[in-house]
Amino acid sequence: MALLEIGGLVKSFDRVRPVLGPLDIVLEEGRLAAVVGRSGCGKSTLLRCLAGLEKPSAGTIRLAGAPVRPEDVAVVFQEPRLMPWLTVAQNIGFGLRHLPARERAAAVGEALEVVGLTEAARLLPKALSGGMAQRVALARALAVRPRLLLLDEPFSALDPLTRTAMQAHLLTLWQHYGPTVVLVSHDMEEALALADRIVVLDGPPGRVVGEFSPGMPHPRHRSGPHFQRWRDRLIGALEQRPRLIDEVRDAV
Amino acid sequence: MTALADFVPLRTAARQKPWLGLVLPAAVVAAWEAVGRAGLVPVELLPTPTDIVTAVGHLAATGDLWHHLAATSVRMAWGFLLGAAAGTLAGALTGASPTARAVVDPTVQGLRSVPSIAWVPLFILWLGIFEASKIALIAVGVFFPVYLNLMTGIAQVDRKLIEVGRVHRLGRIEMVWRVLLPAALPSYVTGLRSGLGLGWMFVVAAELMGAGEGLGYLLLDGQQTGRPTIVIAAILLFAVMGKLTDLALAALGDRLTAWQDTVG
Repeated sequence: MALLEIGGLVKSFDRVRPVLGPLDIVLEEGRLAAVVGRSGCGKSTLLRCLAGLEKPSAGTIRLAGAPVRPEDVAVVFQEPRLMPWLTVAQNIGFGLRHLPARERAAAVGEALEVVGLTEAARLLPKALSGGMAQRVALARALAVRPRLLLLDEPFSALDPLTRTAMQAHLLTLWQHYGPTVVLVSHDMEEALALADRIVVLDGPPGRVVGEFSPGMPHPRHRSGPHFQRWRDRLIGALEQRPRLIDEVRDAV
Repeated sequence: MTALADFVPLRTAARQKPWLGLVLPAAVVAAWEAVGRAGLVPVELLPTPTDIVTAVGHLAATGDLWHHLAATSVRMAWGFLLGAAAGTLAGALTGASPTARAVVDPTVQGLRSVPSIAWVPLFILWLGIFEASKIALIAVGVFFPVYLNLMTGIAQVDRKLIEVGRVHRLGRIEMVWRVLLPAALPSYVTGLRSGLGLGWMFVVAAELMGAGEGLGYLLLDGQQTGRPTIVIAAILLFAVMGKLTDLALAALGDRLTAWQDTVG
């Protein structure tokens, strides 16, 4: 069933030249989709429109057939953006203020356990490593049990080893909580390692220049021939964008 | 790198050895005592530290010291509370709302440049010559630093944290209470400390303009009766009170802002 439907979405900041769109994307429920593209192609703007942080200049965004309700969406940004005065547990509970205390504590405890940070519950953000802080940010987003989880290059500031570990964490969390995920990334390998649907944007203005569904089971081995073939295809896609859409249609 | 590496041990050393701050005043007092005893300066103009301690001891024994200290402290407490409360309200409002800032801030900034003593005649006309006018003057002194620091502190809160509040659907009041005020707390504490310092300056002005009790009265009384020991004792008591209250506020501020990731 289609969960997210983006129709004719356009965003322009100066009303002269759009940075994004028109875009049409339909995403099925429970999928983990990646939006990839070069820096400045409008992928973060797309995510900010989905998050309600930017107002689209034109077009519609619908979730399960209705306008997006803020409570259905959670976001993880490039930086953890934790409240530095709150402990790890309080940060994870930040979006749960409407719940009774007992339910809130249970939800926080569950999230802490899933991201493996139960021991760190009382620490302040200043005591956390970059990877730990981003795990808290993931837990904070998922604790509200969003239908749609938006990730804006969440691992790009981490070192390669931590990044790979975080990608594995994300898969665990996705399987545990089951949201539909939109991951914005400029890292083709990350997209291929995680996503079962990859949307390639190019721009500005950001337009869809390719859509892929790499049908590889998890965990995906980056050194495998299948993975390498898909990676070459994705990189090729961005290098030869005019021919791309036809090529992809042929491939699918 | 070198600069920071040099800087951090310095700060740590100062923190671990608080007695370092006592070295200079102790040396000054010793030199002062020696100069007085040697007869290099007439004691009628500059009494020695032991004379001053004796005078303070005498004031304490008769109970006058506690009476004057209490009078000044009560005025200061009321003035500080009222000024800080008004500064907090106005600072939070103008910090959180650009419209409120555009409307209110230019006027407040204009009033800020009025010298404190200029308010005295007006407050006496409006509030009389007793406590209310003195407390109002202290409150004016406390208000401006609290207002200014809180407003700028809130206005400079990282947009990225505000966005986290927005994606978690915080309303306006909740955004102020759960994101803006905590994030602005370090700046707010600085404002409260500056306000407290100005408050102590204004309490002297208030008591010099006519009071029957308080440390300011003691100053004036010492001058009028030709007793420099009392004048200097009152000055030192102001210094001690100012330092003690600032230490207390700084300690409270350190506790509240311990989450900051700073070397200090």
